[in-house]
Amino acid sequence: MTAAFYISSIVAIFSSLMVISRKNAFSALLYMIISLLSVAVIFFVLGAVFVAALEVIIYAGAIMVLFVFVTMMLNLGEEAERLQKTWMRPAVWIGPSILALILGVEVILLITSSESGFLTGSEIGPKEVGIALYGKYIIGVELAALLITAGIVGAYHLGKRKDPIQHRYLQEEKGGAI
Amino acid sequence: MNVPMEHALIVATLLFIIGLAGVLMRKNLIYMLLSVEIMLNAAGFAFVVAGAHWMQADGQVMFIFILTMAAAEVSVGLALILRIYHNLKTMNADEVSKIKPN
Repeated sequence: MTAAFYISSIVAIFSSLMVISRKNAFSALLYMIISLLSVAVIFFVLGAVFVAALEVIIYAGAIMVLFVFVTMMLNLGEEAERLQKTWMRPAVWIGPSILALILGVEVILLITSSESGFLTGSEIGPKEVGIALYGKYIIGVELAALLITAGIVGAYHLGKRKDPIQHRYLQEEKGGAI
Repeated sequence: MNVPMEHALIVATLLFIIGLAGVLMRKNLIYMLLSVEIMLNAAGFAFVVAGAHWMQADGQVMFIFILTMAAAEVSVGLALILRIYHNLKTMNADEVSKIKPN
């Protein structure tokens, strides 16, 4: 258990360093996913199993997919073919794959090991979290709902195709494009 | 707790510093948003560590709130990036900041 914590910490820090130092955006995204997964393993070791599942499902599953979508959308065009070839290079995916393999072996060992109990002695399961979330933190849940609604409206508004820019300075800059 | 709480908090601090360095060093908007994600994740990590140390569920509740906030922030941020790229054909934060309201 203790070794699992330190190994995943090293993986998290290493992959975060790789995220901010990669030139290829796709490679950085892969390392970011590994970073989130290793933090999820640390949560699991610490006994926060519900949050570990949420980290994998929402962070690595939903938010990172959004990032990957946008990164691929921005690279559409004539050089998409060339970029596709650079993404498929082994140098891009071999590092994240090795780190993911380390984390996977770690999780399998954690689950199958006879040694039971988390580092903190007792796990804090979804039941306690749910009781706290919908008990004394209910106002926070409502505020989060408002925030999400504002986020949806904002993203829709920003993503909508608008009329050409009417501002005269920007119009000059664009030239005869309009 | 076999692992001292300080070690887990040191990991969270390192992750936060890495994210901060990413925001300060990179000029690409996608990388800056990713670094902000690293920082948010590190902050949530610190909350969960504290919650596990005191055997309370509050740390995990705070992490759920951070998760919600990160999701909303990413959706709006990516929509903004798409719009900036559509209008200016650049991802460089410095070139975007050349637009002044006059």
